[in-house]
Amino acid sequence: MNEHAEAATATPDPLRQAEERLLAPAALDEARLGQVFSRLLRPGVDFADLYFQAARREAWVLEDGIVREGSHSIDRGVGVRAVSGEKTGFAYCDEIDLEALLDASSAAGAVARSGQSCTPVAFRGTAGRGLYRGDDPLASLSADEKVALLHRAEAAARAVDPRIVHVVVSLAGAHDTILVANSEGGWAGDIRPLVRLNVSVLAAAGERRESGSSGGGGRYDYQQFVEPGRVEAYAREAARQALVNLDAEEAPAGNLPVVLGPGWPGVLLHEAVGHGLEGDFNRKGTSAFTDRIGERVASPLCTVVDDGTIAQRRGSLNIDDEGHPSQCNTLIEGGVLTGYMQDRQNAGLMGMDRTGNARRESYAHLPMPRMTNTYMLAGPHDPQEIIASVDRGLYAVNFGGGQVDITSGKFVFSASEAYWIENGRIQHPVKGATLIGNGPDVLTRVSMVGNDLALDGGIGVCGKEGQSVPVGVGQPTLKVDGMTVGGTQA
Amino acid sequence: MPDPRNELPAPGTLEAFVQQALDDARQRGADAAEAACSGDIGLSVNVRKGEIDTLEHHRGRDMGVTVYFGGRKASASAGELSEQAVRDAVQAACDIARYTSEDPANGLAPAERMAVDPPELDLDHPWPLPADEAVELARDCESAAVEADRRIENTEGAGVSVHRGLHAYGNSHGFFSVLPESRHSIHCVAVAGRGEAMQRDYWYTVARDPAALEDARDVGRRAAEHAVARLGAESLHTERVPVLFRAPVARGLVGHLVSAVRGSALYRQASFLVDSAGEQLFPAWLQMVERPHIPRALGSTAFDAEGVATAESALVRDGVLQRYVLDSYSARRLGLETTANAGGVHNLEVSGGEEDFDALLRRMGRGLVVTELMGQGVNLVTGDYSRGAAGFWVENGVIDRPVQEITIAGHLRDLFAGIRAVGSDVDRRGNIRCGSILVEEMTVAGQ
Repeated sequence: MNEHAEAATATPDPLRQAEERLLAPAALDEARLGQVFSRLLRPGVDFADLYFQAARREAWVLEDGIVREGSHSIDRGVGVRAVSGEKTGFAYCDEIDLEALLDASSAAGAVARSGQSCTPVAFRGTAGRGLYRGDDPLASLSADEKVALLHRAEAAARAVDPRIVHVVVSLAGAHDTILVANSEGGWAGDIRPLVRLNVSVLAAAGERRESGSSGGGGRYDYQQFVEPGRVEAYAREAARQALVNLDAEEAPAGNLPVVLGPGWPGVLLHEAVGHGLEGDFNRKGTSAFTDRIGERVASPLCTVVDDGTIAQRRGSLNIDDEGHPSQCNTLIEGGVLTGYMQDRQNAGLMGMDRTGNARRESYAHLPMPRMTNTYMLAGPHDPQEIIASVDRGLYAVNFGGGQVDITSGKFVFSASEAYWIENGRIQHPVKGATLIGNGPDVLTRVSMVGNDLALDGGIGVCGKEGQSVPVGVGQPTLKVDGMTVGGTQA
Repeated sequence: MPDPRNELPAPGTLEAFVQQALDDARQRGADAAEAACSGDIGLSVNVRKGEIDTLEHHRGRDMGVTVYFGGRKASASAGELSEQAVRDAVQAACDIARYTSEDPANGLAPAERMAVDPPELDLDHPWPLPADEAVELARDCESAAVEADRRIENTEGAGVSVHRGLHAYGNSHGFFSVLPESRHSIHCVAVAGRGEAMQRDYWYTVARDPAALEDARDVGRRAAEHAVARLGAESLHTERVPVLFRAPVARGLVGHLVSAVRGSALYRQASFLVDSAGEQLFPAWLQMVERPHIPRALGSTAFDAEGVATAESALVRDGVLQRYVLDSYSARRLGLETTANAGGVHNLEVSGGEEDFDALLRRMGRGLVVTELMGQGVNLVTGDYSRGAAGFWVENGVIDRPVQEITIAGHLRDLFAGIRAVGSDVDRRGNIRCGSILVEEMTVAGQ
C-alpha cells in the first residue's frame, strides 16, 4: 500500500504556493494574522485556527452524443474557529481580507466569556506528505481533449451491445488550495487535485430497463484518463452491470450467508465500523463502540485500517484540515478494537493522540473526525474457495450507498449487482437489495477473508452532519455467515 | 450600530449584479442568459449537556450564470459577489459554451410563462434572536428531553437555527425578481439507555415564522419519547405484512413518485413511470395537488427556478397521474410544456383521510409501523424498493413492541396501488405535505 514514494518527486512546496495564492493577494502576512489571533484569543479561548481556501471546479456532461452541459465554479474564503474546552465558536467570510477576518474573529471568539488568556505562538511551517502533485488538473487537458475523452467513453459503452440505449458520461475536476494557521503556531498548506470520470448507461430489452454505472478518479490530473483502455474499461463495466441486471430475478428475503466481492463492497466497513469509530461520537458516548477499545469486535481474521497516506487516492491527504499530517491508523487488529479516528479537539478531550482525520467540506464548515481511505487487509482464503463454501447464499459484488445509526449500531448498504449461490456455485443474478446488520457484531461473523484486497476505483463520497468529503474504501472478498437480506422472496 | 455580519446585501445590490451578468453575457455574444445572486445570513447553536457545543455564524453570498449561444449552453458560479467575480463567471461560461453542443431543447423558459405579477407569499419573518437567547432556548429544549424520562442517559444535543436569505433571479426575457425569505428551526437528538441497548431518536420543528415553531420544550420531550420508545427493539421474522409509514417517512414515499415522474428521468427513459400520465397509479380516492401559494409555507414560491409562474395544479386526481414534473428543458425533450417545476415541487399536498394515526393502527390490525428508513435502496429505473427500517410491531390494532434491523421490500407500483389509507396526521415540514400512509403488503425481512 505504500505507493507514495514516486509522487513525492519534483513537487513544488505546497505551503509556499498556498501562501502566494491565499494570503499575498490580500497582503496578509504573519504579523497581520497575529493581529487576528489576538482578537480571537479572548479570555477562555484555548485554541483558535484559520482555514483559508480557494477552490476551482469544473464539470462536463456528455449525453446521447452531445456535450449537453459544461460548468465552472470558483469559491474562496476563510473559516475562523475559536475553541474553549468543549465549546466551539465559528464564523466565516467569503472574501479574504483583514477587515472581514477581524469581524469574523469577533463573532467566533464570543463563544468564550471568561477564563484563562493564552497568547498566540510564533508560526512554524509543517511539511505535509508528498502524496500527490499540486498541478491544476483543470489545465491538464484542453477543452477539445476533454470533449474527445467524453466521446471516447460514450462510443465504448455503445459498442458493447445494441441494448445499451442511453449513455451519460461526466468528467469533473477540482483544484483546491488550503492554508491552516493556528494559535499554537501551526502553519501548513496543501494543494489538492481531484478528478473523476463516470459512465452511466441504460440498457433496454423488451419491457425491462436497467441501469449501470462505473467510473474512477483520484488526486491526479486528467492525463491518467487519456491512457489507452482506461475510459473504455469504465464504459464496458457500466454496460456489463446494466446487461447483467436485465436478467436479474427477485432477490431473497431473510437471514443468509453473504459473500462480498473485493473493492467497493468495502462500503460495508465504512458503515458498519468506520463511522462508529469517529472520535466525536465516542467522546460524547453516543457510539455503539464507546469505551470498547481493547475488546473483540470482529473475527480474528479482520484487520481494518484508515489510511490517508496512499499516493493519489481519492481519500488521501498530505495534511488533514487542521494541518496535521495524515496517517495510516489501525482501527481493528486481529479482531480487536485498537483505536478511534480523531481531530484535535476530540483527541485532546479524550486524552488520546491526533490521528490526522480532521476534515471539513469547505471553509464554511467546521472540521470533525472523518474517514480517509478505510479498508480491510487481505486474509488467507482463495476467493473461489470462499464462494464454494456457501450452500445457499448471496454473492454481492457492487453496491450503491449505505447508512448507519451509530448509536444502535444498525447499518445498511444496498447491493446493485448480486448473484444467488447454491451448492457452492454462482447461479443467476438477483435484483438489488438492501442488506442490514449490526455494526458491533457483523464482523464477528466474518468466517473467511480473501487474499485479493482491492481498493475502490475512486468514486466515494461520505456525508456526515450535512458535510460531504471524498473518501475511499476497500476490502478483499469476504464471507459473513449471516446477514439480513432485504429482497422480496420470503 | 448594527453588526454588518447580521445584514443581508441590499436588494438593489443583487439586482445590479444580476443585470451586470446579463449585460456581460450579451456583450460576449450570448443570445440569452439567466443569472441568480443570493445572500444568506444565519446563526446556529448546538447545546449539549447544558453547555454550548457549537455556535456558528453563517454569512454566505453566491452567484451563478447560464449562457446560451443558440442551442449551446454553459454555466458558471462563484461563491462571492463582486463585479470581478461576475465578470469572471460570465467569461468562464462563455468560454465553455464554445465546446458544448447544439441542443435544440436548450434555452430559457418561454417568455409568456414568466411570473410578471407574482403574489405576495409572506415568506420573510426575521428572527432577531441574540446568540445568548438562542443558547437558552436550546438549553430549554435539551433539558426537557433529559427531564422527560429517567432512561434518557445522554443526548447529542439540542439546537436552534435562524436563517434569512435574499434571492435574486433575472433572465434576458427581462424578467427580474428579488425576494427575501426566512427559515428557522429547533431540533433535539436524545439518547436512551446505555451500552448495547442504546437508542437515539430526534424531533425538530421548522417554519418561516418563528411564531409558528413548536415550543422548544415540546421538541425535547418528543425526542425523548421517541428514543425511549425504541428501547428493547429486536428484529422480526421474515414475512409479508401490511406496513404503515409514519407521516415523516411517508413523505419519502411520495418523494419517490415525484422523482420517477421528473422530466430528467423520463426523457432518459430512466424511470419505471415512463409514459404513465393518464394511468391509474393510486386508488381512486387519492388526490395529490401542488399548492405553491400557501402563505408562509416552506415550499411556497411565486415562480420556479426559471422564472415560470407557479399555480395550483393537480399531480394525481382520483388516483390517476395527471402530468409530469417538468422544467423547460425536459419539457422540450418530451414535446410537452414546462409545469413550473424547475427546482422541484412546491407544497405537494397528499389528501388525507379522516383517520388519525391510532385509527390507522386499528385499521391495520397486525403489521409493521415504520418510523425510520435507512439507505438508498430505491431503483427508480425499475421501481424496485428495498430499504432498512425500524419502527414498531402492531398486534390487535395497538403498538406491541419496537423493532429494528429489518428491511422492507416491494415494487413502487404495487406500493402506490396498494395504499389503503392516508392519515389526517399531516407533516408540513417540507415540500411534500402528507399524513401517515398505510400500504396493503410488503416483504419484511429479519432474522
